[in-house]
Amino acid sequence: MFGLEKRDTLLLGVVILLTLFAPFILNPFPADSGLAQFNAGYPDLMQRFVIFGIFAIGFNILFGLTGYLSFGHAAFLGVGSYSAVWMFKLLSYNVVPALVLAVIMAGLFSALIGFISLRRSGIYFSILTLAFAQMSFNLAYSVLTPITNGETGLQIYTSDPQYLQSVDAPSFPNLFGAAMNSSTTLFFGSWTFTFSVGYYFCAVFLILAFYLAIRIFRSPFGMMLRAVKSNQQRMNYTGLNTRPYTLAAFVISGMYAGLAGGLLAAMDPLAGAERMQWTASGEVVLMTILGGAGTLIGPVLGAGFIKYFENIFAKINDNVLHGWFAFMPDGIEDAMVAIIHPFVGKGWHLTLGLLFMLVVIFLPGGLVEGGQRLGRVFRRKDSNAGSVEADAAKQRNEAAE
Amino acid sequence: MAILEVKNVGKRFGGLQALSDVNLSVAENSVHAIIGPNGAGKSTLLNCLVGKLIPDTGSVMFDGQSVLGRKPYEINQMGISRVFQTPEIFGDLTVMENMLIPCLAKRDGAFQLNGWSRVVGQQDMIDKAEEMLRDMHMIDKRHMHAAAMSRGDKRRLEIAMCLAQDPRLLLLDEPTAGMARADTNNTIDLLKQIKDERDITIAIIEHDMHVVFSLAERITVLAQGTPLVEDTPDRIKGHPKVREAYLGESQDAA
Repeated sequence: MFGLEKRDTLLLGVVILLTLFAPFILNPFPADSGLAQFNAGYPDLMQRFVIFGIFAIGFNILFGLTGYLSFGHAAFLGVGSYSAVWMFKLLSYNVVPALVLAVIMAGLFSALIGFISLRRSGIYFSILTLAFAQMSFNLAYSVLTPITNGETGLQIYTSDPQYLQSVDAPSFPNLFGAAMNSSTTLFFGSWTFTFSVGYYFCAVFLILAFYLAIRIFRSPFGMMLRAVKSNQQRMNYTGLNTRPYTLAAFVISGMYAGLAGGLLAAMDPLAGAERMQWTASGEVVLMTILGGAGTLIGPVLGAGFIKYFENIFAKINDNVLHGWFAFMPDGIEDAMVAIIHPFVGKGWHLTLGLLFMLVVIFLPGGLVEGGQRLGRVFRRKDSNAGSVEADAAKQRNEAAE
Repeated sequence: MAILEVKNVGKRFGGLQALSDVNLSVAENSVHAIIGPNGAGKSTLLNCLVGKLIPDTGSVMFDGQSVLGRKPYEINQMGISRVFQTPEIFGDLTVMENMLIPCLAKRDGAFQLNGWSRVVGQQDMIDKAEEMLRDMHMIDKRHMHAAAMSRGDKRRLEIAMCLAQDPRLLLLDEPTAGMARADTNNTIDLLKQIKDERDITIAIIEHDMHVVFSLAERITVLAQGTPLVEDTPDRIKGHPKVREAYLGESQDAA
């Protein structure tokens, strides 16, 4: 279906279902229960899942396929955001021209940076992209203030021209009248589910972005990108010019980043320089590796995982902890809170860092590899649980002797 | 007629004159071996032919066109394929994908932005790759990761990848280096078969005299960066200059 193999169609189907039913899936706990703080099904966070999913899918086309590790992709995210906000300022709050310009500008910008950075490979390429991204950040922060509004960040003022804005259109980014911040809430017993226009708008883009990524992975072009990662020498002596392949991958991933940046601005019409900082570039690297670089679904999982941590773990403060351990005697309660305290709330980075280390050391293929291993374990149990048990028993006996 | 014409090629690395005044002419559809002791400049010469190095002086003509100043991928597109001393294959890819890449490179050229078409849709290329694998008796390994194969199989795959492009000139850089006797003999048989079945010119750099004398129709002996003699295998065998180059100074000089 859609020119995909059976397995890929299945994967796409799973992604479509997950994104469409995310408001239900991410809100498993009743709104008034103690576990409600683990609910992630509110529009703001769901939009982030999806937008950073798009960002990571694009990054994976470069890093996962060609092996070129860019440390500057946040620059393209930032360019996308600024472009989109400028379109809101100049034309209207319609998101279509904003997203189109965001993708085009990010594409042009990444073509320029890619053209220069791809003259080197390995660590030198990473450093070059990092340098460019930091330059972009500093330019946006200070020198280019007329375009970026510097420290304050680019936002929309009532004095902005908005030449095409009609009087009755919403004064918030919208798709032909449907405002991105409008939503409907469904109450079901003590559960509440929120369906936001902005989330579903982004979700459609995630599905399209994912579908395009599958096509690229399964195309001759994608195979050439994997060949670049595997052996550039052989490529050159097989009559293939690696430079345009890597540049094309760089620009495609830059355009994905631009789309993500444009969507961020469409959900909340402002753009700040911090979006381009190296920590933001590092974050997408973490997402891709955590989920599984070079796999299709990995980057989406990684993006969801990290954004969940950032938003949910960060909210757990000492009060919440005291609530959890209230059943214990006072002294032990305080001790437990003191032990857990550094890992939650503002310390969520610590937990994330530890998890990242565990994944890289024990699951170099990321969460996807973890899933595959689990799958294998279960299948083995199903098919020959008996013989595995017997083997283990035999080994125990031998060890005993 | 000569398909490869090397004239007065010289190459210097700092104080070392690696090649000087090399003249070499490889006849079409022949097997030409280049032999010589270590440091004779065999690999430097080969690198000058494929665009990895640019000689300081002289000219290299392939089929009437100069290869100098062209990039390795451009030279390959002209019809020269190279087999490396240690097999250079796409280790992370399957054997089938390894075969498809040269087929696609031959059809589509040095770059093609076809991110929307499908690998499984390239039926003609898949057929071609499978036929090549069948010829090489590797068809049952097509789903294997190339890196997981034995060294002999990797060599076989690399040769197959080069042949899939129907090159006019196949350059082999010590194709049997580090191989066991049985693998070496298999490679010799394979190359003989290629020579008999195809319109192809083979230039081979080799240490192993057994390989050279079983394959070559003409042999050039290189010593200290310059050709010593060029002749048929039979005459090379007894040539005093060759013995001198390989066995050191003659007794008179000592």
